[in-house]
Amino acid sequence: MSKNDGTGGSVSRRTLIKMGIVTGITVPMPALSQPPSRMRPQLGDLMVFDEGLNIGEVIRPEMLELNQQPVSALAKDPETDTLRDGSRLNRVMITRIDTSKMTERYRDNTADGVIAYSAICTHTGCDVINWDDDELRMACPCHESQFDIYDGGRVVGGPAPRPLAMLPLEIVDGFVRVAASFRGRVGFTQQF
Amino acid sequence: MLSLMKKIVLGSGLLLWTSASFAQSLPPYNPVTQERLLNPEESNWLMYRGTYDAHGYSTLDQINIENVDELEMVWSFSTGLREGHQAPPIVNDGYMYVSTPQNHIIALNARTGDLIWRYVRFLPDDLQQLHPTNRGVALYEDRVYLATVDAYLVSLDALTGDVIWEQAVEDYYNGYYMTMAPLIADGKVMVGVSGGELGIRGFVAAYDAVSGEQAWKTYTIPAPGEPGSESWPGDSWQTGGVPVWVTGSYDPELNLSYWGTGNGGPWMGDTRPGDNLYATSVLALDVSTGELEGYHQYHWNDSWDWDEVSAPLLIDFQRNGQTVNGMIHPGRNGYLWFLERDANSIGFVDANPYVYQDVFTSLDPVTGRPEYDMSKKPGTGYEATFCPSLWGGKDWPPAAFSPKTRLLYIPANDNVCSIMIGEEIEYRPGRQFVGRGPSENGGFMIRPGTNHIGELQAWNVDTGERVWTTTFPDQNWGPVLATAGDLVFMGGTNDRYFRAFNANTGDVLWEQRVNSGVNGVPVSYTLDGKQYIAVQAGWGVDAEREQNLLNLVRGESHTVPQGGTIWVFALSD
Repeated sequence: MSKNDGTGGSVSRRTLIKMGIVTGITVPMPALSQPPSRMRPQLGDLMVFDEGLNIGEVIRPEMLELNQQPVSALAKDPETDTLRDGSRLNRVMITRIDTSKMTERYRDNTADGVIAYSAICTHTGCDVINWDDDELRMACPCHESQFDIYDGGRVVGGPAPRPLAMLPLEIVDGFVRVAASFRGRVGFTQQF
Repeated sequence: MLSLMKKIVLGSGLLLWTSASFAQSLPPYNPVTQERLLNPEESNWLMYRGTYDAHGYSTLDQINIENVDELEMVWSFSTGLREGHQAPPIVNDGYMYVSTPQNHIIALNARTGDLIWRYVRFLPDDLQQLHPTNRGVALYEDRVYLATVDAYLVSLDALTGDVIWEQAVEDYYNGYYMTMAPLIADGKVMVGVSGGELGIRGFVAAYDAVSGEQAWKTYTIPAPGEPGSESWPGDSWQTGGVPVWVTGSYDPELNLSYWGTGNGGPWMGDTRPGDNLYATSVLALDVSTGELEGYHQYHWNDSWDWDEVSAPLLIDFQRNGQTVNGMIHPGRNGYLWFLERDANSIGFVDANPYVYQDVFTSLDPVTGRPEYDMSKKPGTGYEATFCPSLWGGKDWPPAAFSPKTRLLYIPANDNVCSIMIGEEIEYRPGRQFVGRGPSENGGFMIRPGTNHIGELQAWNVDTGERVWTTTFPDQNWGPVLATAGDLVFMGGTNDRYFRAFNANTGDVLWEQRVNSGVNGVPVSYTLDGKQYIAVQAGWGVDAEREQNLLNLVRGESHTVPQGGTIWVFALSD
């Protein structure tokens, strides 16, 4: 085992900074400094329910009904059981859709119809927790922005300037896992 | 050019631009002493409503009913920001300070509109802004004070914009934020917190204006064992809301500040059975100690989202041949409240509806406590329709009072109602804690057979009677300025007009269409004897939300362009 300098890694932060300066490589500082619970959902993380009767349970596709109101979910590191609940920016809304009706370019981000979007509105950062079950749109209770979950989270109403970020998913051993980092920027946009 | 514009990056990540050349053309900064706050010169607008009594009244009369039609734009300044521009331009001997959404402060030469400096606050990525706005800065000595949406109080150098200190008031991550202009008196900077939809426990806190140290903190919900705690069941007091998000008024003789409080949370009253003191009330807080010296609860166990956050206007009025040391509050609950104030109590005088209100069936003649038509009170699993809407007869836009006409000018909304049903909700820190379920048309309804929504009303405070009403087809979100020129200035409508009204009749005497809807608080000031009217345009927040719902129920798509601009008007030379 290599000597641990107390920074949590085998290479010191200072060394990495020096490497970055010398080589011009972007150093992944957040990965070193952030506690795992604050880190965005990582490749291979399991998705778990964050509310409702099944809170804390790992999500399987059959636990979600077609076009049901999206429910709050979080990623969990399967190795350490760390729930990534250290930042509200990690929260997603998850549901299940008929992907044959979905815009084709976004289908790869779904798995067995399960689809997840960032819960954070791109307008002013509120939680997008409302649901229009007639139009199948996610809606923000703060300022009525609406997002088309069949079209990549496109804004279809209200003041939001950008689509909701999608979290690509996959099914492994029957469980819903994170397949890649968020597609799109999570959160609101600082003006000016 | 580097010689003209300095860009400074501070350690805290805040950006600041200064323009030394413009600053040099200004007079030396005149410190805002306590004496000046007590008796502001008519040439300046030193605080949110101009004076501690919250009248929103200017004694200037150079611009008056005879010449207001000659009013012209002198200069304008684009803020470069979207959302709700609600703050008044605060003016001190040629220096103007304007706060904006996203917590910028723009310091300008009030004569020319030249930028002196700009404070830009970097807001955290994980912040949620339910109300993306700010309602103004406060001035004291040689400093400017800002209450931020990430729940900090910031003290800046008025001449340079340098941050002197910033003080965390609460943790935004738990749902606390601030949008109000601070109130400064007795060397203390007082602020209240927003977050009634996010499970906060509201409070007003005071900070030493020089050091930033907290002087006192008074919660709006009593803890167990404190008087009033019996009106909250179980642990509901810990997350019961009752925010304070509009600047208080102040009586220097009593040394009491008066604060309006918001509704309890979650929204449905049946989740917190009891009166829920001191929600939907006015509180009298001793400025030296923060002690609660009196209160009046306008209505109990709110289920309608009727925040009563507007501070009362301190007005002595006549009743039954006697002068009442009084205060007046056009309530969000649709009643116009006349109260009496003294050193250790707030008394009820009388109250009557000023818009259509179908919830209260009667008021106790002694205490003013209302009785309800319970069929109009939504609850968990029980849908009710009620008027006025959740935005009330008047929301936050301040009313104004002219001592000259003895009229109170109320920016009102009539004939709109809400449909609301409650649903169960679990408290999670920092998350929405409202408990409102879906209703048809977003829960919004226009009363059948009515022909307008927005109103500007004038009430004689001595007779308690309405004198005139000017109506607008759609909603009115316009703060009001009254002047000794027998004028009332107000924007607030979705047609983007800023208007001057005859204070005695309500007739429109002048109007100017501007870039966006005018949600800002208008002010007046003079420079070298010339009177100016200044206001921010910049549509957003609830004015926009109501527009979305109007469009929904009407099947229309009327949009009001966003974008902040400071407008300054004067008579042509």
